[in-house]
Formats: sequence, C-alpha cells, structure tokens
Amino acid sequence: MIEMYILLIFMITAAIIAVAAKDLLSSVVAIGAVGIGLAMAFLVLKAPDLAIMQLVVEILSLIILVRATTRKDLPFNISGRWVFNTLATILFAVVFLVSAYASLKFMPDLGSPLMRVSKVYLSEGLVRTGAMNIVAAINLNYRALDTLGEATMLFAAIIGVLAVARKIGRKG
Amino acid sequence: MIIYMLCLVLFSIGLYCVLRKRNIIKIIIGIGIMEYAVNLFFILIGYVEGGRSPIYEHGQTMMKMVDPLAQVIVLTSIVLGLSVTLLLVSIAIKIYEKYGTFDITKINRLKG
Repeated sequence: MIEMYILLIFMITAAIIAVAAKDLLSSVVAIGAVGIGLAMAFLVLKAPDLAIMQLVVEILSLIILVRATTRKDLPFNISGRWVFNTLATILFAVVFLVSAYASLKFMPDLGSPLMRVSKVYLSEGLVRTGAMNIVAAINLNYRALDTLGEATMLFAAIIGVLAVARKIGRKG
Repeated sequence: MIIYMLCLVLFSIGLYCVLRKRNIIKIIIGIGIMEYAVNLFFILIGYVEGGRSPIYEHGQTMMKMVDPLAQVIVLTSIVLGLSVTLLLVSIAIKIYEKYGTFDITKINRLKG
C-alpha cells in the first residue's frame, strides 16, 4: 500500500496549499490537484468507475469554481478574537481526531471488511441481473430507487440554481 | 490504521477551512475537501487485500473482489457533491452581486 501513502500525502499537501493560498485562483487549482489525486487513489483501490466519474465531476466543479473567483482572498487581520477563534478551531479538530483514533480500534482492519450484504450481491449478481459489472448491477437493479432519488436531487439542485440565479425586477 | 488516520487528517483540514476562513469561496473549497475525504474513507473501508475490481470476465482466475456496495454509495455521493457545489457557488455569486463582498463578517445588513 505504498501508493496510498504517497497519494494521501500528496492530497494533504495540496489541501494545505488550497487552505493557505492568498490568491483564490491558485486555491481553486490546488483543490483540483486534490481531486485528481483522489481519482488516482480510486484507481489504486480498484474502483475504475469511480475514477472516471471523479475525473469528470472534478473538471466540471473546477470550471464552476473558476467562475466565482473574481477577487483575491481577504487581507489577513488579527482584530477581534483572533487567537481565541483559532485556538478553539484547532482544539475542535484535535478532539475530533483523538475520538476518531479511539473509535477506529473497533473497526475491521484495512483490507478485511465485513461485506455482509455485498457477499450476496457478488455471488448472485451475475446470475440474477446478467450484468458483468457488479457496480452497475447494484446501481441500476438492486438499488434503482436510490439512483432515482439521486436523479431527483440533481434536478432539484438545478431548479434551485435557476431560482437563485434568476434576474428579478428587470423591466423591458 | 495509519491510512485511515491520514484520511481523517484530510477531513480535519477541510473542517478547519470551513470553521475559520472568512471568504465564502474558501468555505466552499473546505466543504469540497471534506467531501473528498469522506468518499475516500468509504472506499478504504470496502477495500479487500489482494482483491480485484468488481467486474466479471471470461476465464478469470482471481475471484476475490472489493466491496461493490461502498462504490455504489460513493458514486451517488460524487454526483450529489457536484450539485451541492453548483448551488453554493450560485448563492455566493448572488451574495457578491448584492453586497459587493465575499466576507462573511460584512454581510450583516438587511437589504431587500
């Protein structure tokens, strides 16, 4: 799993650059690097469908985000309760990481999942649905209602965007 | 275990960005980082040591496959993440048109 270490360290570095960059455009480019690293991580973890999907979605969201970067980041100022706010945020993140570390001990190790439901899908999926790709078989056959809900939410989001971005109050 | 923790470190970087930054675009970027970390965590949970991708082939010999259910759920999550980003960016652009700033501490006056 040496590839996963390399990819994760690359993604963490790119994320830190995206958070710390002064220019918004370079921040958006850095989050694009995180997304491409995620697509490569999906390939390493044997999920080619997800890698294709992540690549397409990453390019689209990058285009959408570039539209919004018209200015530089806000100037750094330490007025107000700067020290308290930063310390509280870092304390929150540290508490989150410590509690996650404590609860990860009760999970199965990496590489040996439980797969209580997936065993049935893997053993019967080809015979019952006739699809060679088990991911497509689950997505379009076993959990088709889930996919219907996904499409519904996608169109609801598009309607929301149209309602928000509409120009109102213009006459003539 | 260390890979899980690195993934959660990525999540906490996004959490810091959401909680501490004042620019709306930076907050949207932080939400994106958190989303990537959660997707990666799902796929890491479903990974089988020495497994192959869940696609059958004629004459295959390696029968161990990774968890397909986690991949299906993440497939749904990626598409919904795109639509959430689209909605957030359009709301941010609308706020910029109305108030002339991306600073969340300056957006405090009523105007309608």
